[in-house]
Amino acid sequence: MPTGAVIEFSNITKRFGAVAAVNDLSFTVEPGKVTGFLGPNGAGKTTTLRILLGLVAPTSGTATFGGIRYRDLPQPLATVGAALEAASFHPGRSAFNHLNIYAIAAGLPSSRVTEVLNLVGLGEYANRRVGGYSLGMRQRLGLASALLGDPGVLVLDEPINGLDPEGIKWIRGFLRAMAAEGRTVLVSSHLLSEVQQSVDDVVIIAKGHLVHRGPLSSLDSDVAPQVIVDSPDRDALSAALSAAGLSFALGRTGLLVAAGDPGQVGHVAFSAGVEISVLHRQKSGLEDSFLALVGGGDSL
Amino acid sequence: MTVFLRSVSAEFAKILTTRMWWILAIVLFLYIALLAGGLSALFGGIATGAISSSAAGTGGGAPPAAGLPPLIYSFASSVGYVFPVLIGALATTGEFRHQTLTPTFLATPRRRGVLGAKGVSLFVVGAAYGVVALAASVGIGALVMNGFGIDPQLGDSATWALVGRSVLAMALWAMIGVGLGVLVPNQVATIVIVLAFTQFVEPLLRLASSFTEVTAGIGQFLPGAASDALVGASFFSVASAASAGAASLLWWQGGLVLLAYAAAAGIGGYFSSWKKDVT
Repeated sequence: MPTGAVIEFSNITKRFGAVAAVNDLSFTVEPGKVTGFLGPNGAGKTTTLRILLGLVAPTSGTATFGGIRYRDLPQPLATVGAALEAASFHPGRSAFNHLNIYAIAAGLPSSRVTEVLNLVGLGEYANRRVGGYSLGMRQRLGLASALLGDPGVLVLDEPINGLDPEGIKWIRGFLRAMAAEGRTVLVSSHLLSEVQQSVDDVVIIAKGHLVHRGPLSSLDSDVAPQVIVDSPDRDALSAALSAAGLSFALGRTGLLVAAGDPGQVGHVAFSAGVEISVLHRQKSGLEDSFLALVGGGDSL
Repeated sequence: MTVFLRSVSAEFAKILTTRMWWILAIVLFLYIALLAGGLSALFGGIATGAISSSAAGTGGGAPPAAGLPPLIYSFASSVGYVFPVLIGALATTGEFRHQTLTPTFLATPRRRGVLGAKGVSLFVVGAAYGVVALAASVGIGALVMNGFGIDPQLGDSATWALVGRSVLAMALWAMIGVGLGVLVPNQVATIVIVLAFTQFVEPLLRLASSFTEVTAGIGQFLPGAASDALVGASFFSVASAASAGAASLLWWQGGLVLLAYAAAAGIGGYFSSWKKDVT
């Protein structure tokens, strides 16, 4: 079983002329977890991943796998599997021949090409020219090439983009399974909701800067927590909340109370003898705090 | 197998898994066969009196029968060299165009080795194109000349030396194509440059340079002239030698000049595009 290595970015900066696409970025990605690398389009995610993979030279800083730069890895494909954009192939080549070229270059057997094509569900299209593939099939082919060397580290740039609902469900389970085996899984996306169900940790960047990192649940605590509560007698509930010193606003489905604990709000209502019909913690906090972090609708 | 040898076989796989290599090989064969057959018939006819010089309009400049076979055989490289250049240039520009540099450099992060592997594999592919072109020029040419009663000189060791040197020239041209492809990564631009330079610019330069002795000394270092020097015979040398005492390099010097062009283009391209960021 391949084991994952720690991915470490230290003070990565990349300038294109006067523009800093990535600015002094430092973070680590741990094995055994799925880490979401999030940010709006143009935030510098792809540039950061390409620096990690030795495709783009950073202006300063280093990015390593277990302390080793990509270009110094003795067996790169068997250590790190990467899927970047979905169009890195010659349209006239079949999927089998496309992957076989890189299997040859990495010293992997051709039987492994067939294995990974079957694994991603492209087995029956292996000998078809890639030019005729749909976007979803190209995404799967990209994933197949990442898996070629059975690597301990997976680096996937927007892998969910273009997949159908069935494919999305499949890849979520797949990423979880890879992490459960102890591999390091780094997945970029510009939509939190796309990866929310499969990531453990998040690293969020905006305009080339790191704005947040930590477990997914840590996003929750970043915004003021709210509890939704409602009663057949809203006036009595409002009076009780005011008397208890809790601030609130009128929402679509009830009163939005600025409190972290639904129990506290329930106790206030119970003490005042007010019947309640709705009482729960507001759930949409993740996306809201994500948008707040990356600057709302400021994306390109 | 070492990383380099694996890269070389990956480069062979890249060429052999798309249709371009055999399409170009077929066109090359037909083109050279037509030219070698047609001109063998024309000059053979003149030399044997079947066609009168005045009727052919060559003004008596046709080569003597003994000089005809090497001339016809050398069409393989003197005319066909554009084909290995194209396959070499497509091998590098295709990587930029289809963004396959990303998976290539992921599999083999040491980029110098990848470019070297491309040079080596295209050298072999160019040599194979040389074999195809010579099969056309020698095969068809000898057949037609024999038909006109001209000795095709197939038993002559000089003929086979020419064949060997032609194969080497074609192999070197494919490496020049690789170098040109990294120097000018835009595929369309490269194809236009290859066709314009080989079909118009260089022939004109060679002709112009043969007018004075000083320029002739420079003209012999033009890639096409160096290639003809390596091969040892060409329609161009015969035609221009008649008009002026055009200088020519020794065969091995010609080979080294071609190699120098390939190396210069490859090293220049390595720094101008190959080692740059892949975005």
